[in-house]
Amino acid sequence: MSVLLIAEHNNKEVRPFTYNAITAASQINEDLHVLVLGHQADDVAKSLSEVPNVKKVIHVDNEIYENYIAENYTAAIIKHAESYSHIVSSANTFGKNLMPRIAALLDTSQVSDIIKVISEDTFLRPIYAGNAFATVKSNDKKKCVTIRPTSFDPADKSGGSAEITKSDPAEASSSTKFLKKEEVKSDRPELGTARIVISGGRGMQNGENFKLISDIADKLNAAIGASRAAVDAGYITNDHQVGQTGKVVVPDLYIAVGISGAIQHLAGMKESKVIVAINKDGEAPIFSVADYGLEADLFEALPQFLSELNKLNTIQK
Amino acid sequence: MKILVAVKRVIDYNVQIRVKEDGSGVVTDNVKMSTNPPDDNAIEEAVKIKEAGKAKEIVAITIGEEKAQETVRKALAVGADRGIHVKVDNVIEPLAVSKILKKIVEKENPDLVFMGKQAIDDDCNQTGQMLAALLNWPQATFASKIEVKDNALEVTREIDEGLETIEVNVPAIVTCDLRLNEPRYASLPNIMKAKKKPIEQLNASDLGVDINPRIEQIKVEEPPKRKAGIKVASVEELVQKLKNEAKVI
Repeated sequence: MSVLLIAEHNNKEVRPFTYNAITAASQINEDLHVLVLGHQADDVAKSLSEVPNVKKVIHVDNEIYENYIAENYTAAIIKHAESYSHIVSSANTFGKNLMPRIAALLDTSQVSDIIKVISEDTFLRPIYAGNAFATVKSNDKKKCVTIRPTSFDPADKSGGSAEITKSDPAEASSSTKFLKKEEVKSDRPELGTARIVISGGRGMQNGENFKLISDIADKLNAAIGASRAAVDAGYITNDHQVGQTGKVVVPDLYIAVGISGAIQHLAGMKESKVIVAINKDGEAPIFSVADYGLEADLFEALPQFLSELNKLNTIQK
Repeated sequence: MKILVAVKRVIDYNVQIRVKEDGSGVVTDNVKMSTNPPDDNAIEEAVKIKEAGKAKEIVAITIGEEKAQETVRKALAVGADRGIHVKVDNVIEPLAVSKILKKIVEKENPDLVFMGKQAIDDDCNQTGQMLAALLNWPQATFASKIEVKDNALEVTREIDEGLETIEVNVPAIVTCDLRLNEPRYASLPNIMKAKKKPIEQLNASDLGVDINPRIEQIKVEEPPKRKAGIKVASVEELVQKLKNEAKVI
């Protein structure tokens, strides 16, 4: 049987992690169909139909799908679930909110946040903030799976021409109302997909000092991250949090500044290809995962770092 | 209003866990256990709502082995009125937990059910959403702010793009994020008082729900270790290494 992937998008564009989820989903079974629930999201359906790994796009257009109301999404997905062996989505706040609601109605025990597809029913997933990996086999007939996007490469976006079929909406829930979304707009790359991430922790001391980080981020075309301590202290907004309960990032370069390296933070960044730690406490646990550690006062090191970067002729983008 | 709060006993967040050599799981013997951190936020929020005069009763529930009662006792010490402990001997999956919780909800008739957004042991992030589905109630997950209105809640949710605000009608399920509030510590007199508060004990087997595992845990292993790194002496050396050795800038 085929796999049904639930697309994440903003009605205009496909959200990038959908492409990573497509890669994982097509490893489960090549007959991959994508469900687009949205409002006037024709461009999204069209983009997804061009992904070579996608065999079919089902597009449901209705204003009740303009925002991600899990109750409304679930009703529509359940309508289509019968023809599929697997229902999958990314394990970000979109999929985390949605998938268990579907799984419970299908009486399926969900497999969350997989980092590897071993076979159609067996997956690898991190537990205990990534301090252990569990190999799990789902014995349910229908499987609900969420995919850790950063563990899979994004799928190719062009060259395919899948059929797009239209389908009718399901009933809307009357008990949940969308009020507003406060999206943090930024010209910088997205934290989840950036090639370079520079993060600040409690050592930054206040929000103004994050300017030292953002100056370097501008120079390196990097995304800005933060530890939970920095977010809790109000230095920076929650969408920047990296860690067990925040975002998981796997950039080519992760620079941790003034972050001690609690287990919960390491869970979100220790798979990064190259890790740099800048901390004045030489015993900080962050150094145990760092490829390059610099024991220094960040208030001296960061301006120096920026001036050294300015001296370089070229910086990879 | 009546609020049911679900709490889970997990390995303390500060403990560096160890994987068992036979690959059957992680070592839990003689390891410090405590309440799952966001479950503390769930209790705190319920207590604040009660203190504001908007809730009459808070019932704390846990599902687990005998010692899981400690988490209920702790909830009672910070302001829950009474407790329920559903005994199970083995680790059960979120689907089974939500089926048990559904039975309890049908018996207790709460207006709201609160719990943490995710347990830090299995990192599943499922139970609240599943319970909402089984009850056909609205769900407000990853809550960082809750405003109680007439027969509804306005909930601000932490999402990847920033914040989202939704309104859910009561009865509803809310899963709590860590920034919802600052959980209080129990005072000694309150800990003493909590010892006298009732905890009802039930056996999962008496509730008539299927809690058999659907997922086989084939093995648990340590993640691959990172190669040890080096310390650099200066910012200049760091930039040179990143440019010429790691080739990432």
